[in-house]
Amino acid sequence: MLNVGELNEGFVLDHIQAGKSMDIYKYLKLGQLDCCVAIIKNARSSKMGKKDIIKVECPIDMLDLDMLGFIDHNITVNIIQDSKIIEKKKLHLPKEIKDVIKCKNPRCITSIEQGLPHIFVLTDKEQEVYRCKYCEEKHKW
Amino acid sequence: MRHLISPLDFTVEELDTLMDLASDIEAHPEKYAHACAGKKLATLFYEPSTRTRLSHEAAMLNLGGQVLGFSSADSSSAAKGESVADTIRMISCYADICAIRHPKEGAPLVAAMHASIPVINAGDGGHQHPTQTLTDLLTIRSLKGRLSDLTIGLCGDLKFGRTVHSLIHALSRYTGIRFVLISPEELRLPSYVRDDVLKKKGIPYEEVASLDDAMPKLDILYMTRVQKERFFNEEDYVRMKDFYILDNEKMKAAKPDMLVLHPLPRVNEIAVEVDSDPRAAYFRQVQYGVYIRMALILTLLEVKVC
Repeated sequence: MLNVGELNEGFVLDHIQAGKSMDIYKYLKLGQLDCCVAIIKNARSSKMGKKDIIKVECPIDMLDLDMLGFIDHNITVNIIQDSKIIEKKKLHLPKEIKDVIKCKNPRCITSIEQGLPHIFVLTDKEQEVYRCKYCEEKHKW
Repeated sequence: MRHLISPLDFTVEELDTLMDLASDIEAHPEKYAHACAGKKLATLFYEPSTRTRLSHEAAMLNLGGQVLGFSSADSSSAAKGESVADTIRMISCYADICAIRHPKEGAPLVAAMHASIPVINAGDGGHQHPTQTLTDLLTIRSLKGRLSDLTIGLCGDLKFGRTVHSLIHALSRYTGIRFVLISPEELRLPSYVRDDVLKKKGIPYEEVASLDDAMPKLDILYMTRVQKERFFNEEDYVRMKDFYILDNEKMKAAKPDMLVLHPLPRVNEIAVEVDSDPRAAYFRQVQYGVYIRMALILTLLEVKVC
């Protein structure tokens, strides 16, 4: 296994679906952080076969768990402090997300009024369906 | 302060109260003739409309109130690029209540989020048209005597027909409702209504293409127009527009007490010869539209009439 130096303080996102780490990097805007970020792709996993892992060395309150829950609530979030895992966070699907994704419906009011926040609401928890708050268009990945 | 953005904004009990009020207005219009004296309704119509705008205006005038507004985006400050949020903040200073129609879906919700007066959604793109739904419910209740145990055929443009979406949402809350969805393949009901309302609530429905086959089972036939303005492509519109035409021949297969409703305007989908059939209820539906909007204005303005 490839070894990336241990974290003193930060978080490890484990069990990311293989190939999805760059999407998460983008959505969490990790590129804007002035800290050490390690992305491990296609790591071996007994549970998943292959998985991605992201390690970020930064204060733990900088992670937007709502957004991460929306992207993939099966990801394990390990909170690291003093080089130890102090907490494993369980992610949930957020009831509402704001300005994470944009409505693609050309008939939606957000398509012409640029100042409006793009809000999506969880309408079906089992099917993990999010719909635009304004036009109710289903979000498709 | 309340708004009407979706037909589900009111509970079934609240709808009953609203329809009781509308029925009382129908029976005793003189009682309500000055109920809204000194109040103003603003009609913000960013999209052309005859019926809905005039129906709201007639409702307010019947209540002794006054109306102001615009009837197209060109004649409003939207043409200068003003946002819905800014327009509604301004209108809130001029009027006591407003009705908004907008071609973009969700615009009335944006208005409600920024308004300090009650907002009525008078239609937003292909999305919702709740006051038409209230009209439809009142018409069915008044002429059929119930809103439960009905087989309802929805025919025509079920994809972009906002009246259909709103009506399905509203009727899905009553017991014993069955839907027959009659449309060409390209204009079938969107998944957000079929999956999230019908399938989720276990409401029986069937999707068919033939109006003739569906006719004998229907208690209500709700015809819709294929709307030219919803198509990006003229060719598709021309192909779809005359897919269904209800005429006297087709009416022969219908139950003797079936009702034909239509949100109007019609183009070719109901032949003029059907107008004289006693089951044609679409012009009576227009009158019920005024009564229910009067009841809605009174309710949202919290005006009580003894």
